[in-house]
Amino acid sequence: MPDYNEDDYLLLSGIQHFNFCRRQWALIHVEQQWEENVRTLEGTYVHRIADQPLLREKRGNKLIVRALPVHSGTLGITGICDVVEFVRDPAGIPLSGEEGLYFPYPVEYKRGKPKKNDSDRSQLIAQLMCLEEMLACDLSLGYLYYNETKHRVEVPVTLSDREQVKAVLQEMHHYFTKKHTPKAKAGPHCQSCSLHNVCLPEMLKKRSVASYIESRLSE
Amino acid sequence: MKKLLNTLFVTTPDTYLSLDGENIVIRREENILGRYPLHNLEAVCTFGYAGVSPALMGSCAERSIGLTFMTRNGRFLARVTGESRGNVVLRKEQYRISDAERRSALVARNFILGKIYNAKWILERATRDYALRLDIPRIKKVSAALSESMNLVHSVEDLDILRGVEGSAAVQYNSVFDDLILQQKEDFFFHGRNKRPPLDNVNALLSFAYTLLSNDVRSALESVGLDAYVGFLHRDRPGRASLALDMMEELRGVYADRFVLSLINKKLINSKGFYRKENGAVIMDDDTRKQVIKGWQERKQEKIIHPYLNEKISWGLVPYSQALLLARYIRGDLDEYPPFLWK
Ligand code: SF4
Repeated sequence: MPDYNEDDYLLLSGIQHFNFCRRQWALIHVEQQWEENVRTLEGTYVHRIADQPLLREKRGNKLIVRALPVHSGTLGITGICDVVEFVRDPAGIPLSGEEGLYFPYPVEYKRGKPKKNDSDRSQLIAQLMCLEEMLACDLSLGYLYYNETKHRVEVPVTLSDREQVKAVLQEMHHYFTKKHTPKAKAGPHCQSCSLHNVCLPEMLKKRSVASYIESRLSE
Repeated sequence: MKKLLNTLFVTTPDTYLSLDGENIVIRREENILGRYPLHNLEAVCTFGYAGVSPALMGSCAERSIGLTFMTRNGRFLARVTGESRGNVVLRKEQYRISDAERRSALVARNFILGKIYNAKWILERATRDYALRLDIPRIKKVSAALSESMNLVHSVEDLDILRGVEGSAAVQYNSVFDDLILQQKEDFFFHGRNKRPPLDNVNALLSFAYTLLSNDVRSALESVGLDAYVGFLHRDRPGRASLALDMMEELRGVYADRFVLSLINKKLINSKGFYRKENGAVIMDDDTRKQVIKGWQERKQEKIIHPYLNEKISWGLVPYSQALLLARYIRGDLDEYPPFLWK
């Protein structure tokens, strides 16, 4: 498969939107309509990162890098890893400017606690795949850190996980190329959706506009 | 629905607005006249050449707070906008519709349908509320004529025919508008619309209310990513916010006209606040203008049930909800554009 053009890269962070609701993802990433709170949040997030030079922290046999920009040409994505831990390992790879050999482990921070479904995993897996491509190595493990439980969960990454992420990304690229916003499938998740006001999911459950007009005119 | 935040109107001339942390500070010479937190604001609207610091402009643009400059009399001068939303997909579809006469007509007719429907129900309501004051048969006759126009509009697919029907409906409605003025009749009367300049008190009020409304509509359209300058009924003309004018068709009567009537009928203003210039133009004094703005703000807080969304929202969000519905129609989520049909 040919690599994607850099201009067509999608934001890695979109995977979590896409998993939550395809329409939400399309509203944010295709239509670029988002509510102020989301926009401001993302804005300050990006600024915070941009304002910070790559901080490297050494702890024993670990090198901890925050806000590491990553991308993958084969997947057509770009984004930022919260934290990547490089751990000294004789079987690892050399890093420029560092002595010894290392293995990278992406760590993705989540605000809440572990969820029943595996919606948090895809983003981490995509990050891992980016790291593999950029560092020319094979990885099999990442971590999810949950702020609420202050606990880190080990996430082994299998071949079928990768296939699944690839499939999701292909679907995202497909919508993006067609500039298509999927119709709303309203559900309980709409309650916590920050784009509720833009999406108006109830709208589509309603009668047609034609019948709304008809009924008003016949009053 | 989204929350309605405040609009800050600055009517004191010769003021300077600047940014101090997260606040707008209004200064006149050395004195601080006011300080308002930005996070409560949706729009800032200044009358009479107030100066604004670049830092404040930047902050407003970043937070999508509309910043508009008007002349003292409420003529639109300029608006500061930030980097436009990347919503080219939506706007291109808007342009495609605008370029196709028949597709334009299908949207335009719903704006006009809304306009005539609302005009009819303004009259019907008046006959119910003031049965003893009004010449009921006269008004009922106009109402019936409006119903006929509505049925016509409903199936029109041609812009010129649409304009024709709209024009005659407007004549009908205007012919009884004066009847709806129930107080201070010697000072407030309506013998037809004139705007450049307004030649009587009622026209001066209407012009000002339309300015306030058009500002709200324009901001609403821009905030959902539409181009306020590319319309369907109103065709392209440089410098004219055609889509805003389109959308105003359905809102003018129900929003602005009713507001003006209530100012007069509730005696919130009186003729002392108006003066006539040498050329016949009628101008409001500063106090009256302030009074009008205050009333406008209060009106925006009042709640209604949106007839299509069936949701309780404030009047101030009506332009936004219509803009949103229009955007959804253009993106193909709705079978037609649902006009705001008030009753
Ligand atoms: S409101 Fe519901 S359907 Fe709409 S974007 Fe949000 S989650 Fe998806």
